[in-house]
Amino acid sequence: MKFETPATTNPIDQLKVVGQPLDRVDGPLKTTGKAPYAYEQHEAAPNPAYGYVVGAAIGKGRISSMDLGQAKAAPGVLAIITAENAGKLDKGDHNTAKLLGGPEIQHYHQAIAVVVAETFEQARSAAQLVRVKYEAAKGSFDLASVKDSGKKPKEGFGGPPETAVGDFDKAFAAAPVQLDATYTTPDQSHAMIEPHATIAAWEGDKLTIWTSNQMVGWGVGDMAKTLGIQKENVRLISPFIGGGFGGKLFLRADALLAALGARAVKRPVKIALQRALMINNTTHRPATIQRIRLGATKDGQLSAIAHESWSGDLPGGEPETAVSQTRLLYAGANRLTAMRLAELDLPEGNAMRAPGEAPGMMALEIAVDEMAEKLGMDPVEFRILNDTQVDPEKPERPFSQRRLIECLRTGAEKFGWDKRNAKPGQTREGRWLMGMGVAAALRNNLVMKSAARVKLDKSGHITVETDMTDIGTGSYTVIAQTAAETLGVSLDKVTVRLGDSTFPVSCGSGGQWGGNSSSSGVYAACMKLRAAITLKTGLSATEAIFADGKVSAGGRSVSLAEAAGDKGLEVEDTMEYGDLDKKFQQSTFGAHYVEVAVDSFTGETRVRRMLAVCAAGRILNPKTARSQVIGAMTMGVGAALMEELKVDKKRGFFVNHDLASYEVPVHADIPHQEVIFLDETDPISSPLKAKGVGELGICGVGAAVANAIYNATGVRVRDYPITLDKLIDQLPAVA
Amino acid sequence: MAAAAMRSDVHAQTETAPAAVNPVTAPSLAKVSLKVNGKACDLELDTRTTLLDALREHLHLTGSKKGCDQGQCGACTVMVNGRRINSCLTLAVMQQGSEVTTIEGLGTPENMHPMQEAFVKCDGYQCGYCTSGQICSAVAVLGEIKEGIPSHVTEDLMKPPSWDSSEIRERMSGNLCRCGAYSNIMEAITQVAGGRA
Ligand code: FES
Ligand code: FES
Repeated sequence: MKFETPATTNPIDQLKVVGQPLDRVDGPLKTTGKAPYAYEQHEAAPNPAYGYVVGAAIGKGRISSMDLGQAKAAPGVLAIITAENAGKLDKGDHNTAKLLGGPEIQHYHQAIAVVVAETFEQARSAAQLVRVKYEAAKGSFDLASVKDSGKKPKEGFGGPPETAVGDFDKAFAAAPVQLDATYTTPDQSHAMIEPHATIAAWEGDKLTIWTSNQMVGWGVGDMAKTLGIQKENVRLISPFIGGGFGGKLFLRADALLAALGARAVKRPVKIALQRALMINNTTHRPATIQRIRLGATKDGQLSAIAHESWSGDLPGGEPETAVSQTRLLYAGANRLTAMRLAELDLPEGNAMRAPGEAPGMMALEIAVDEMAEKLGMDPVEFRILNDTQVDPEKPERPFSQRRLIECLRTGAEKFGWDKRNAKPGQTREGRWLMGMGVAAALRNNLVMKSAARVKLDKSGHITVETDMTDIGTGSYTVIAQTAAETLGVSLDKVTVRLGDSTFPVSCGSGGQWGGNSSSSGVYAACMKLRAAITLKTGLSATEAIFADGKVSAGGRSVSLAEAAGDKGLEVEDTMEYGDLDKKFQQSTFGAHYVEVAVDSFTGETRVRRMLAVCAAGRILNPKTARSQVIGAMTMGVGAALMEELKVDKKRGFFVNHDLASYEVPVHADIPHQEVIFLDETDPISSPLKAKGVGELGICGVGAAVANAIYNATGVRVRDYPITLDKLIDQLPAVA
Repeated sequence: MAAAAMRSDVHAQTETAPAAVNPVTAPSLAKVSLKVNGKACDLELDTRTTLLDALREHLHLTGSKKGCDQGQCGACTVMVNGRRINSCLTLAVMQQGSEVTTIEGLGTPENMHPMQEAFVKCDGYQCGYCTSGQICSAVAVLGEIKEGIPSHVTEDLMKPPSWDSSEIRERMSGNLCRCGAYSNIMEAITQVAGGRA
């Protein structure tokens, strides 16, 4: 099915199942410990050997020698794989650095060996006996000091490296009110709770991997490419994923090393990356330095907007596209954006939840708050005044839906924004300085090709198969809802099977496109099944009504079980898209409101209240969608207040590489969170009229927290995270 | 912000001098008897095997999760003799004769524990990987408050701890959820705690 014109009325609009706040279909499995994750395949892959990964102890340089003697002789050791004995390996299309390093070392904790042994304890013990000598080379590890060597990156996923409309310099110079400020965001880690984990097993020249991976298709392709084997010989199974956030988009060392280990020892090998290795071994969200210049008229109309961002990555890597949202969020005739990418020898930078917008809006939405203050305007009103209903770079191109103003207004009313004292540092509650902050949220809605297979069996039961993944987003549930709605059956008549490369290729989980795009693929397959059913039963396709497990037309009704017959029916289809995303700018919008209390003695910030108002098309399941948003809000609080990978600029690695020292929010940090979804459908996005929501929730949160801290204390911090040391010496005197 | 626990950076050491003797000898095995979810289990294990790996790799009870293997995330929380612990931080041999309750012992998909039901109803999870630990902790936390065990935020040590949300949040803070389901988890626990919370 091809989606080329805006959706009209279709079976999804019945909203009997879709749009309902249903419990997750995989809930009983997940809450009873019965959902099998990658490392938990005792039945499918019995009698495995265990792999333990050895990571490089230098940030850049070479291995001069490696002594495996003692390790090999240790009890239970079956094999040790290194670059020297692994055979020829290529590099996956989605990897920047090699997954198995040596003799050249590209980054700290790059895998250089895997020790495979009978038991986990033996593999771990023997891994400590691998003796390595290095020749360390001088590397580049400090973004601030190499920023000016940054080059214009290639155009990638996040847009062109430079954009310009009108004459920014002239307009900025002429603007009566100006802001020119620089903001920094640090390197951050996905820190998902399930480590990267894989079990690999070979049967002849065919490889099966049970792995934790968001993008089944990419994983198959990159495994085949890296090993130099046919794609057809790789099967990837990823039924449950213990968190990804972009960190599991790619083939990683656990998968490759398990495959190599299993080939060497001729039995299944299982590997989970050790927690202390994960942060430097895998990818992270790169740090940014961002300069924002805003020029406005005295009455608050923006006339000049510039956003420049610097980030770094390994040679061949990509920039953090922190300027993307600035091209779209506010009106203004003269604008420019630019990105520069410097070479760094730190571990590989890559996508983390809302890449680009998440750090970009952390900066932009503080700048907007600062500008509102300069203008003496309320920050909500300032944003509303500068709203645009068209792409500011191409005014002939409208947004498919844009209800930012309604998000801001609804939020202000629900949150009690009118109680905020515009003058900072004025509101006290005992020892606490109280403040409120707001930020807008924008994240683009991407639509991706996605396929599915749908089977109807003789009992009237539906099975959906697609290689889509559920990373906690609720894919199992919204796909089941889509199939149930389209085919007129109850939810318990639908089984959803995901995360297997033998199923039709889906869009995968990334870029907040998963829910809308994968369900649209399932919708396409279900519509094809409807056609097959009417054809077989001889019912009129145009009149047929699918409801209550039956299809009816012209006064005749046939149960789906009967229609299926003994052999059942099976169809497959793919949803593809025309150019509606070119003709219309498709984005999702929101407004974040945050109240904080800052300890007037210590500068410690506590988040007291949070509200997000989202306009993101039809919400397929308000319960799971709300969870996506509160989860993203929580990660946004982490980004604002605590998350920072500390760089050892001499030795070149992230020092705080575990869950005790890389701090993420815990229960005590997060208050009750409110989420409001505006009632919206977007027929330009897909037949489901839905959009993404999983990343919208993080966009702007960090700035809303920062702005609330400013309102509480009068201290403007432009370098994240806003830890107490950045506040304490500037806090108002304690009375 | 997670409580600090043990650190074990694992990377190849830069060799300075050759190791004097091979420090590794054949593994020592030991017999361990545990009562897991009411069932007697006799195991012979490498003495280095954690309780978590005994459950996951030897008894194939994979409901308890390994998030960090170093006491930092709480995904491995189980109850041992009625108290919750991080099962990655205890060796199986240290638990000779112990009664262990895991997520599998609380309920099954067909017959869920009220806390498991509340998690489903309140969507107190997303990816599900921290969930077993959250649920085991939550059940234990309500027991701890009932027994009058104080926490860091208990104001008056002479009085029973309260059932309010700050008490529960504090006690749950060793269980990280990177999906950020905290707000919903609190709702689930509060529901199970009933009128008291
Ligand atoms: S696995 Fe035990 S605390 Fe993380
Ligand atoms: S549900 Fe994913 S970490 Fe908690």
